[in-house]
Amino acid sequence: MSLAVRVIPCLDVDAGRVVKGVHFENLRDAGDPVELAAEYYRQGADELTFLDVTASSSHRQTMVDVVSRTAEQIFIPLTVGGGVRTPEDVDSLLRCGADKVGVNTAAINDPALISRIADRFGSQVLVLSVDARRERGERHTESGFEVTTMGGRKSTGIDALWWVKRAEELGAGEILLNSMDADGTQDGFDLEMIRAVRSEVSIPIIASGGAGKADDFPPAIAAGADAVLAASIFHYGKVTIGEVKDAIRAAGYDVR
Amino acid sequence: MTAVTVFDYGFGNVRSMVRALANLGLDVTLTSDYRTSLEADGLVVPGVGAFGACMTGLKAVGGDRVILDRLRAGRPVLGVCVGQQIMFDAGHEHGVETAGLGLIGGDVVRLDAPVVPHMGWDTVDAPEGSVLLRGVEDERFYFVHSYAAADVVPKAAIDYDGSSFELAPLPTVNDAHDGPAPEKVTWCTYGNSTFVAAYERGPLFATQFHPEKSARAGAKLLQNWVDVL
Repeated sequence: MSLAVRVIPCLDVDAGRVVKGVHFENLRDAGDPVELAAEYYRQGADELTFLDVTASSSHRQTMVDVVSRTAEQIFIPLTVGGGVRTPEDVDSLLRCGADKVGVNTAAINDPALISRIADRFGSQVLVLSVDARRERGERHTESGFEVTTMGGRKSTGIDALWWVKRAEELGAGEILLNSMDADGTQDGFDLEMIRAVRSEVSIPIIASGGAGKADDFPPAIAAGADAVLAASIFHYGKVTIGEVKDAIRAAGYDVR
Repeated sequence: MTAVTVFDYGFGNVRSMVRALANLGLDVTLTSDYRTSLEADGLVVPGVGAFGACMTGLKAVGGDRVILDRLRAGRPVLGVCVGQQIMFDAGHEHGVETAGLGLIGGDVVRLDAPVVPHMGWDTVDAPEGSVLLRGVEDERFYFVHSYAAADVVPKAAIDYDGSSFELAPLPTVNDAHDGPAPEKVTWCTYGNSTFVAAYERGPLFATQFHPEKSARAGAKLLQNWVDVL
């Protein structure tokens, strides 16, 4: 027996509502992130991630309320990402019940933010979220993988493999690796990208982007992921947490 | 109603622990007040972050005195995560050694594994007669840490305030012995490291994992602890 592979549903939340369509017939209000979180907890999710997609300051209090109400009833780790810019943002999310925070764009703009957060709260609270894609054109990075922002719309020119290594040195506790090439395709995880990042860092990797069916998950683990994250396929009821765990177990890995 | 204090010294996601205990129907107080912490039926000492910072923070609000005064009086204490680590003799982080409370013999060192932190749900190896793990010996618990106690060195007495005392058996635990309470150590193996996942000796209880984040298995473990208060 060894450490279980973590299966993590991700909820995109906008102004207190789940954005991507959700199809659970047994839920009274499928757009309520708190109710959906509780349903995933019952299904056996190992962690939960909330992504505050707008993260405007006017909606910040709404997210704090969602996190607080969720933490009242689910007793598994909860990560909240989106719009985290300062250690004070981290502090307010931890105080209302988050266990970890996802940091993305703000760390690209100011890498020292990673060490400021890690020094104050410990590395284990900091999940560095990396939206990466292949850039083979004239301006390609050394590794061919580039960090993007704005959901893949904006190029940064930063080499993704250099960035994950740098983030680990600065104190990130975990990498949430989202392949912008695979995201939304439902053709499976970006195994090449997972392998490349695995060879750079020795902190845990959460693979994200591209899952379309239960059998897509084990190859991501074989490629080096410690945890797997998905949104749409869970929300649309295409597969359950249990079915994903069955597929992972059948491939010879431990699950909870 | 059983009263439990969660010791508030600025380290750890204390809200999660308060909620998990409240969910068991306990009267939970979050405070660093000496008298409240001393008089509660049980005291939980959470802890997240660096060993040295936690020790400094704990001492700054008199937490070391609360813990030792409770244990000397045979009143139960439960340390969680770094709250377990600081019960040991010393911690070693980034090449710096920091003295712990010295309640358990041994040092806290960095984990030796291909991927660190050790993050996620893992199995444990519980000893016969464990109070904490009773009924959940085969469950997984949520860990998140880069350091742990790799060994337990037998310790007869605890030096405190110029004198010494022994951890006496809890009257509420059936296998009471004469003399000092026996140690019960639950182990976990990750990578090349085998380390202390949970520790029990008389009124002193501790876990490296987070019962408050370990779903139903964690709730059962906390209930097991509450049952001996």
